[in-house]
Amino acid sequence: MGWIGETVDSIKSIQIRQVLSQAVSLGMIVTSALIIWKALMCITGSESPVVVVLSGSMEPGFKRGDILFLHMSKDPIRAGEIVVFNVDGREIPIVHRVIKVHERQDTGEVDVLTKGDNNYGDDRLLYAHGQLWLQRHHIMGRAVGFLPYVGWVTIIMTEKPLIKYVLIGALGLLVITSKD
Amino acid sequence: MHSYGYRANGVLSLSLTILALLCTVASLSGGILNLPPPSAQVEVVNINWFQKHRSGNDEVSLTLNISANLESLFTWNTKQIFVFLAAEYETPKNSLNQVSIWDGIIPSIEQAKFRINTINKYRLADQGNNLRGREFNLTLHWHVMPRTGKMFADKIVMTGYRMPHEYV
Repeated sequence: MGWIGETVDSIKSIQIRQVLSQAVSLGMIVTSALIIWKALMCITGSESPVVVVLSGSMEPGFKRGDILFLHMSKDPIRAGEIVVFNVDGREIPIVHRVIKVHERQDTGEVDVLTKGDNNYGDDRLLYAHGQLWLQRHHIMGRAVGFLPYVGWVTIIMTEKPLIKYVLIGALGLLVITSKD
Repeated sequence: MHSYGYRANGVLSLSLTILALLCTVASLSGGILNLPPPSAQVEVVNINWFQKHRSGNDEVSLTLNISANLESLFTWNTKQIFVFLAAEYETPKNSLNQVSIWDGIIPSIEQAKFRINTINKYRLADQGNNLRGREFNLTLHWHVMPRTGKMFADKIVMTGYRMPHEYV
């Protein structure tokens, strides 16, 4: 109980100057996070440099909750690469492996077919109705790096918003009551 | 000054820093085992059938003997190796055709030396009907998936395969 009393006291003793400096430091945290994210977008050339795996279709390589780092370069797409792609009419991008590539002689355009390592068949069932191939513009990036488990944080937060609010509230309180 | 909040924060950030450092070191290290470099042989044992599909595309069914030794790719940061065999060829229409015809997941070093006899797992179909007499490569690709860190890939290209001149 002593901790709560201390916290209440420290809130009471806040001065205008202190409030301002804390607002500034909070702003610094938020903006630096934004700067890091935007810098990553620039470096990787992908509009979402980090994605969380949501399904088990690439198991045992990638499990639900793993994090993938994406990179989008001008390099042509080749079989075997793990790409993140959007399908028309689907909101959530899919992370699957390229199994077929046909690159046109005259225009250099590519037709790509993907498949999840853990799925029995290829992805034509997931594509838009009647779509046989993915083109370059469907592909958002290719996976280059891998970090396990960390994505669970965002999965839990999107599925249980209450935990998100509690966490944000607690962090906010910590920032407000910190004395340094 | 030394409240529980501060201590918890300190312990948490220190442990996360150490964990991140260890992950980085683990992903940079590797290749400690001294094993022969990867090797692969693929033999086309039989052309089961070769025809023009209803859609107008050439399609072929092969029986293959695949043997490979990928033991040297395993390090302590290797979760698994994804290996696949692709038929690669050039046609007047396409400057590159890559068609995966077999793949597999190698979960441990004990299974990294293998020999299998199989028909093609995925359809080997062209975009068009350019396969008769076509020369093609069979390439064994592997993608090393780490426990954490950077993924990498490499391949062995085997040349000098040719499709039959007539449908069978």
